Amino acid sequence: MSALSVIYALVFYLATAILIIGLVRKIMQYANTPAPLKIPTTPAPVTTSGVVMRMASEVVLFASLFKSNKWIWIFGWMFHFALLLILLRHLRYFTDPVWFWVTLIQPFGKYAAFAMVAGLGGLWARRVLVERVRYVTAPSDHLMLALLIGIALSGISMKFVTHTDIVAVKQFFLGLMYFDWQPLPTDPALLVHLALVALLMIVFPISKLLHAPGIFFSPTRNQVDNPREKRHLAPWAAKLDAESGN
Amino acid sequence: MADFETPELKEIPVIPKIKEGTMAHSKPYVAKAEFQEPLGYPGELVENWEEKAIEKLGELKGKYRSLQVYLDACVKCGACTDKCHYFLGTSDPKNMPVARQDLLRKVYRRYYTFAGKYFPKLVGAIDLTKDVLDEWYSYFHQCSQCRRCSVYCPYGIDTAEISMAAREIMDSIGVGQKYCNEILGKVFKIGNNLGLPQPALADTLEGLEEEVEDDTGVPIKFPLDVKGADILLVTPSADFFAEPHVDGLIGYAKVFHEAGASWTMSSYASEAGNFGMFIGSYENMRRAARRIRKAAQDLGVKRIVFGECGHAWRVAYSFLNTLAGPFDFLDPNYPVPQHICEYTYDLIQQGKLKFDPSENDHMTVTFHDSCNVARATRMGDKPGGQLEIPRAIIKTVCNNYHDMAPDTIGEATFCCGGGGGLLTDDLMEIRVKGALPRMQAYKEVIDEFGVTNIAAICAICKSQFSKVLPYYGFGMTDIVSLHQLVSEAIILSDAPADDDEDDE
Ligand code: SF4
Ligand code: SF4
Repeated sequence: MSALSVIYALVFYLATAILIIGLVRKIMQYANTPAPLKIPTTPAPVTTSGVVMRMASEVVLFASLFKSNKWIWIFGWMFHFALLLILLRHLRYFTDPVWFWVTLIQPFGKYAAFAMVAGLGGLWARRVLVERVRYVTAPSDHLMLALLIGIALSGISMKFVTHTDIVAVKQFFLGLMYFDWQPLPTDPALLVHLALVALLMIVFPISKLLHAPGIFFSPTRNQVDNPREKRHLAPWAAKLDAESGN
Repeated sequence: MADFETPELKEIPVIPKIKEGTMAHSKPYVAKAEFQEPLGYPGELVENWEEKAIEKLGELKGKYRSLQVYLDACVKCGACTDKCHYFLGTSDPKNMPVARQDLLRKVYRRYYTFAGKYFPKLVGAIDLTKDVLDEWYSYFHQCSQCRRCSVYCPYGIDTAEISMAAREIMDSIGVGQKYCNEILGKVFKIGNNLGLPQPALADTLEGLEEEVEDDTGVPIKFPLDVKGADILLVTPSADFFAEPHVDGLIGYAKVFHEAGASWTMSSYASEAGNFGMFIGSYENMRRAARRIRKAAQDLGVKRIVFGECGHAWRVAYSFLNTLAGPFDFLDPNYPVPQHICEYTYDLIQQGKLKFDPSENDHMTVTFHDSCNVARATRMGDKPGGQLEIPRAIIKTVCNNYHDMAPDTIGEATFCCGGGGGLLTDDLMEIRVKGALPRMQAYKEVIDEFGVTNIAAICAICKSQFSKVLPYYGFGMTDIVSLHQLVSEAIILSDAPADDDEDDE
């Protein structure tokens, strides 16, 4: 076991802990904060199943974004769905035997990285070229794109340029999962790739990536439009009622 | 006319290039102590205001999930940047919804997030300073809380929620807006935004009765404080004499008359509007809303119906049950509350009203969806009823109707430019400029279909349009109340027989 392997092992434990604890805390915060008023953006569904459909169309199709801006939609959708495919494909490094459906998507997942880079590139171009978007961009917004593109490019280079010993990589991660540490191959592309991924995991709960859990808690999207039918009352507002005697 | 230029109406709408700071000077009058204190706010900027403001922000984000989630979730995608009428009309980049949110978000990040505490430059986090406060005061009073941006944001981020919170924070440290706070004070003291006391109101309504009887030959009543009536009508106080609002009120009265309904207004709750929403104050909004509950109980009515007003309908439809419910003492066969359009539409469906739409033949009408009605409420049972029902009524009472461009109506509707507590003379410039997209769309249907009038169901829209239409070269009286059209066309069954022939 080299020192490097130990460092990477520790970094991944830490990153995983930060990601999970950070996200759980944020999700708890969102879940525990009341939404005192009914504010769905209407026309809105009047039933819970309608809300599930609405949310699904937002999460899967980015329906509001589609209405809003076709360029951002195309680039954003391409990036997110490529990323999803890639993440699912990566399950093969964490499962033994590899689940059968993960094997199925493998051929597509390989090329999804290019779609991911293209999508991110498009978004970055807009950030620089469209003055309105440039105006609202902070340095962290550029860095986030750089980080994601860095992850994608280092991944691509391992797949298509200098091959990495993926069997050993898998041993390393299974080793982490079962607390039976194994050495990590040391080619630079892999080390860069993994370092960036760890960084992404660490910044996730403290950055705008919170839009991922956030959308599920967005009252304008997740509320049923039934204020007349059903009285909606937050606990802190109920106290006001109690104080005024009704 | 004024010390600013009215924007030019183009052949087709264009997204302007940004021009920084063009509206930084726009600020409404600050409320004096006499208008702050009755609402429970300090009379002037408190000493340790930075601390207090940050504390209030913390409190609010703990009370409103919308605020907490929206401060975190924005990815700066830019999808909302060209959706706000105030940006389109002023080119000021701080009027882009995301930039408006950022005014508060930057401070939130600085004090409440890890990244902002330790890497402020990186994530654009800033300290709360007097300059920042000034910017808040300026730009959070250039948002009409119309929610157009929330339609287009991939996460539904609603800048109105942010503006409301920012105004509540400013109020809590003693920097309130005179217009809103003075008006709320009048509601608490007298019962309506205009500060019209009971005797004056009774007088006005009596005058209306005479006028309408002269006009129609029918003794149409405008009842006030009638105990035991079935229906309590709560309408914006502008309906009592502003033009064209009052023609709408006459329309409601004719509809009630034809339906043979027993109805009344209340002097205690003589205001449908609830400016508590504009200033983001749950407590003040609740206090105003509970006057309606009390009036309904005191008068012993069975139903509550609201007159034409956009944000009033939002507070009524979406919040009234929450703020002042439960309404289990009212007739459970009707939704509480109902909109006057729902009421009229139901009667039309039942065939209880007769119309002669040719009475409106001198007009070709289009309909302005008021932002709060379109994007924050419903009418009827089905989603979208708030868009269909008013149009169905207009088409019943008018022969000539044309919609404006689809991306300017319905859920995509543009605010009139005067909503959200901006309907005050000290904000005339932003009101005129913010009306640009609506004026643009109106011009297009004038050119294409020969439209002559624009109907609305909101007291603010009506006042705003009669003020800004002339700036764009249109007639001040182009704006009509929806129930004014109803009023013109309705056939009163007990009208004297010869009356109709008079006009021929
Ligand atoms: S559309 Fe939503 S996520 Fe995108 S910049 Fe605007 S507020 Fe932020
Ligand atoms: S709510 Fe309306 S006025 Fe306010 S930022 Fe959004 S679009 Fe502009």
